[in-house]
Amino acid sequence: MANLTDKTINFMGVRRIASFGSLAAVILSIVILAVNGLNLGLDFTGGTSVEFAYEEAPSLDEVRQTLDDAGYTEFVVQNFGDEKSVLVRLRQDLDDELSANMINALRADGDQLELVRAEFVGSQVGDELKEDSGLGLLLALFVVLIYVGMRFQLKFGIASVLPLAHDVLIVLGIFSLFQWTFDLSVLAALLAVIGYSLNDTIIVADRIRENFRKLRTGGTEDVVNHSITETLSRTLNTSGTTLVVLLSLYFLGGEAIHNFAVALIIGIVVGTYSSIYVSANLLVLLGVTREDLVVPPKEGAADQQEDEEPPEWLNRM
Amino acid sequence: MLNKFPLWKNIVILVAVVIGFIYALPNLYPDDYAIQITGARSSTQVDQATLDEAVDALGEAGVQVKDAVLNPPNALIRVQSSDAQLSARPVIQEAVGQDYLAALNMAPTTPEWLRNIGAGPMKLGLDLRGGVHFLLEVDMDSALQKRLEVYASEIKRQLREERIRYRGGDVGDGNTIELSFRDDAARDEAFDLIRGQYNEFLLNRESGDDDQRLLTLQLSEATVTEIEDYALQQNLTTIRNRVNELGVAEPLVQRQGRDRIVVELPGVQDTAQAKRVLGATANLEFRLEARQDASSGTAEVYPFRDEPNRTARLEREIIVTGENVANAQQAFDQNGQPQVNITMDGTGGDRMTRATRDAIKRRMAVLFIEYKTETVGKRVDGEIQQVEERKVDRSIISLATIQSTLGSSFRITGLDSVAEAGELALLLRAGSLAAPMYFVQERTIGPSLGQKNIDAGVMSVTVGFAIVLLYMLLYYRFFGLVANVALTVNLMLLVACMSILSATLTLPGIAGIVLTVGMAVDANVLIFERIKEELRQGAPPQSAINAGFSRAFVSIFDANITTLLVAVILFAMGSGPVKGFAVTLCIGILTSMFTGLLVSRSIINLIYGGRKIEKLAIGGKLANG
Repeated sequence: MANLTDKTINFMGVRRIASFGSLAAVILSIVILAVNGLNLGLDFTGGTSVEFAYEEAPSLDEVRQTLDDAGYTEFVVQNFGDEKSVLVRLRQDLDDELSANMINALRADGDQLELVRAEFVGSQVGDELKEDSGLGLLLALFVVLIYVGMRFQLKFGIASVLPLAHDVLIVLGIFSLFQWTFDLSVLAALLAVIGYSLNDTIIVADRIRENFRKLRTGGTEDVVNHSITETLSRTLNTSGTTLVVLLSLYFLGGEAIHNFAVALIIGIVVGTYSSIYVSANLLVLLGVTREDLVVPPKEGAADQQEDEEPPEWLNRM
Repeated sequence: MLNKFPLWKNIVILVAVVIGFIYALPNLYPDDYAIQITGARSSTQVDQATLDEAVDALGEAGVQVKDAVLNPPNALIRVQSSDAQLSARPVIQEAVGQDYLAALNMAPTTPEWLRNIGAGPMKLGLDLRGGVHFLLEVDMDSALQKRLEVYASEIKRQLREERIRYRGGDVGDGNTIELSFRDDAARDEAFDLIRGQYNEFLLNRESGDDDQRLLTLQLSEATVTEIEDYALQQNLTTIRNRVNELGVAEPLVQRQGRDRIVVELPGVQDTAQAKRVLGATANLEFRLEARQDASSGTAEVYPFRDEPNRTARLEREIIVTGENVANAQQAFDQNGQPQVNITMDGTGGDRMTRATRDAIKRRMAVLFIEYKTETVGKRVDGEIQQVEERKVDRSIISLATIQSTLGSSFRITGLDSVAEAGELALLLRAGSLAAPMYFVQERTIGPSLGQKNIDAGVMSVTVGFAIVLLYMLLYYRFFGLVANVALTVNLMLLVACMSILSATLTLPGIAGIVLTVGMAVDANVLIFERIKEELRQGAPPQSAINAGFSRAFVSIFDANITTLLVAVILFAMGSGPVKGFAVTLCIGILTSMFTGLLVSRSIINLIYGGRKIEKLAIGGKLANG
């Protein structure tokens, strides 16, 4: 039997400050999003595609460098058909000057090239992707709410879904604030953040449920504090190893996964925080009590045996 | 006995791991860059002499050839690198002349025995490897023409209902419909009727010859743009759905300019196959079979698709087109005969009801329309010019008797076979193009990320993974080593599953996999922390291991099931990249549960199980039991 005073950290002591901070961060994120909007990437907005024909096959890395030096941002350079044809896609709108300026910049290197065509291109992402994925996400959150509500208790369901919205909004808010590009890889990162944060939240919730059944003393706050303390080393280890991978992606991974890594780093940090200060906090706020989680005592079962055993099928696996 | 798996359990785990290993293997054999030589016409075969010419030309151009194989009707030349491949293609094209096509291709290097059990590597996405680039052009004239015909038949029906006598009503040049009337009164009546109902038209009154009063309806500019936009959007959606339905992951489909659609497919570097993947740019029309006494003005003769000698006369009037099919599924009737169940959208349903109400016992045909572009190379002043000829093939795929008035859902019976029903359902589902499309350009396209970026990405992933392994080893000592074995097995199983599904790998995808693995540490961390807790509370090592695993199981199970729910729903509802990510997440969760709970347990049991142990090498300060 663990004892409550044993090095339990009083996480919930700063409950009100944390609530205020989270609420402020969420509201601020919504305001920034409303004012700034997201800086959507090439795959969402479309832009211009320009095709060049070179006399001699150029080095694509040099072409990228040249365009970069000339101040173009967010472009994709690839071979098109053969190595003398180069296709450049960029987010700027098509006008007469754009292709002329580009060709001048590229000719400055002494390369012989001609403009084949320049055309506007639409977005890579259909409206159906936005709609379907948005709907899917809402449905997914709803199902999680129901599932956790059934496995634990409805208050836990609410406490596991709200933090997800909190995390996503804050990541979006930060992207909007700094006007970092939001492209498809960032969208994937957001989905990963949701998965990760949910995982974190459930682990803590699980401990809280178990301790409510195990500990016969202490109020809600004490039990929550105790549970978070018990899972703290696991939380730090998992977040730590994941963050190490992400930092490696961020520092060594090159431009292509830069935004992906940034979104996830923010997401993991915020997600870890929210599993404690949003989720557990909500549980305290909603006033989860021991009665909420009392399992009907099994006949002849000792008190010790109240924690759930793995289902029978696992042992037979 | 505590902490002992029965033998069969260990064997099952081992078998799963071995199978995973075998199916992950092909990824160690990267595809070769190759150039495929095929005849420009399907009748032309590549012979050894042609292949030799190509190889000699490459030798003169200084391109190293890995291997050149003739497998009629094609030949395949493997080269060292992507750059060599790109520079070799024009050289070969010039050497073999115009009777042959040299196309970029990727040749698998997976050993024979692996291919025989269906193992193959994952495909690499557009960002890592490139793919095929198609430019499709939407035939806007035809889209406008079709829309005008629909308007014309609607307007004529209304004039008849209002008893206004008219002549003509055909679609003319310049997006117009021309009507003529006997006198001004009739014309004015029609004018008011049409102006009140159709604001899409500009109306012009002219006087024709023979005292005819003409009324010309011209589509307004705004409407033309609207129709064109609609046709393009509709086709864009259809192509996206088609590519998704065929399971080509991570494609790129985007609008280009006024009337074009770009489709880029990763990893399919055989352009001939990619065209098949995109499917025929087909459409369908439902028409009634003409009556015996129908004039040639109202009926035309079409051949059957599989029996070109058999024909049927159909009415010129189109009831509905494939555009109005909302869904089509293959099924069986009560006698076990194949049939296709069709669901129309609202407009289609209304038209169907109107047309079939008075046509019981007559036959209705489904007409299949295919638009083809044939590129013919012609020599003009010594230059090769690609001349494109567009062809439209119309043929009947089914002709069935109408048994009762049809509404928005009905079925087509009288089909020959299950295969035919399946094909018809697919065509109806995917054949709903708003306007015909033609392939105007096919190219292969290089990776959209530079080699620098790809190398950096792969390196960062390797470094990140190595740091995690090291950390686990230092923190959890021997148990950390076990976790690392489980992690590595997890990564291998993930790769194996994705290879079996022939998923497409992109750079964010790779990062996603590593992230999944990073998160998979979680299961082991949870278990080990539990074991430590048990030890701290004075449990003996054996029961600490047992309790650790079974206590942690509940948390792991709940946490993973909720995440799995999210992933499954995203997979079902999302499309494109969201779907791809969801697949990776689903597989990752399943493999990490398997390795975290079973593989690591199995190893720990083999080491510690059934023996007397004083201490566990799990790191940290522990009280001994």
